[in-house]
Amino acid sequence: MKIIKLAVIMGAFIAFATLGEAAAAEAIPVVQQERVIQVTAKVSEYSPREIILKKGEPVILELTSQDREHGFRLTDFGIRADIKPGQVTRVRILPQQVGRFSFACDVFCGVDHEEMVGEIVVVD
Amino acid sequence: MTTTINRREFLELAALAGAGIAGVVFASGLRPVSAAGRSAQGYEEGEFVFLQMSDTHWGFTGPAVNPDATVTLEKAVATVNALEQQPDFIVFTGDLTHTTDDPQERRTRLAQFRDIVSKLKVKTVHFMAGEHDASLDHGEAYREFFGDLHYTFDHKGVHFIVLDNVSDPTGSIGDAQLQWLRADLARLDRESPIVVLTHRPLFDLYPQWDWATRDGADAVQTLMPYEYVTVFYGHIHQEHHHMTGHIPHHSAKGLMFPLPAPGSVPKKAPIPWDPAHPYKGLGFRTVQAQAGGKEYPITEWPVTKG
Repeated sequence: MKIIKLAVIMGAFIAFATLGEAAAAEAIPVVQQERVIQVTAKVSEYSPREIILKKGEPVILELTSQDREHGFRLTDFGIRADIKPGQVTRVRILPQQVGRFSFACDVFCGVDHEEMVGEIVVVD
Repeated sequence: MTTTINRREFLELAALAGAGIAGVVFASGLRPVSAAGRSAQGYEEGEFVFLQMSDTHWGFTGPAVNPDATVTLEKAVATVNALEQQPDFIVFTGDLTHTTDDPQERRTRLAQFRDIVSKLKVKTVHFMAGEHDASLDHGEAYREFFGDLHYTFDHKGVHFIVLDNVSDPTGSIGDAQLQWLRADLARLDRESPIVVLTHRPLFDLYPQWDWATRDGADAVQTLMPYEYVTVFYGHIHQEHHHMTGHIPHHSAKGLMFPLPAPGSVPKKAPIPWDPAHPYKGLGFRTVQAQAGGKEYPITEWPVTKG
């Protein structure tokens, strides 16, 4: 976890999902204080690659691109989002199960596209 | 080794597998023989054969994965040319080249690929792109060499539809092409035999590994009213057979490196070369159109006959 901050985000639209729920991510407004984790994407890597979360604590991931369009697919949470240069993509996660959950870029972005992966680690 | 399966067998096997019966495997043998017992060289009038090659990844380097990377495609071409029964035409279902960030190198690889496959005896060849060929430039270089990314053609009463789900780097077909598909299908009879050729699976095979088409369900839904539709695709470098409703989807082996079964390992990566079994997991297939294009027994062929 490199950059974590508390923030009040009013009026932004984010994707929301909780592990185990069947519903796909959908846009809803943020109306409460939540921990925000900034994640940067550039060809072949996310930073940080490993994101440690506490079970039961909702967080917002702020995804930004440093070069071109990327994707963020976190299948186990039913989340996928586009990360476009010059924009901030926010997704909300409510981890309800301890474990390691991989995420990956699903927008083909170059020779090392297959290496652009990371993990959400949920601890008690 | 060859494997042969037709539509009826596939439906039966899929039903058995769905019922949880273990040990269901596709028949294998040294000679391509259909379930009806006919030799693959003894086609009935009105039947025809086409050949599918896929994921040649020309330009790939990785000695641990394929130390013969510079000759694998040429060997496959030689094996195809040596087939006793030559197909009516050949299709390449994408990833002709391995991706590169250099636009000039991409064109060099496409040109080299084109030169090698020009040695195929069969001169009717239909190409399509994979994400390695087309995703980084929206198909610009591919078009210079092979033309349109989506198109149709007809052969002996069967309507073939080539769908592009790679030139958009998100792995989508897109609204415009879906509209084109609807317009194309609208002029067909509901009992017309239709073959769809594409690169990525049109269903969610394993999205964690990008083995999906983002709007593939829209294409499948559009095809669903048609009684005889079969999909052949590539991308996953292995045989896979799946049904969406009454529509079978058959993926092909690759011709550079095999990939693991969906979700079988934590990280998708090429299966290393097995010196004891060179070219294991690689190959191409012939597809025999039967019953007026309503059944498609498949025969799998290795890269080399040895």
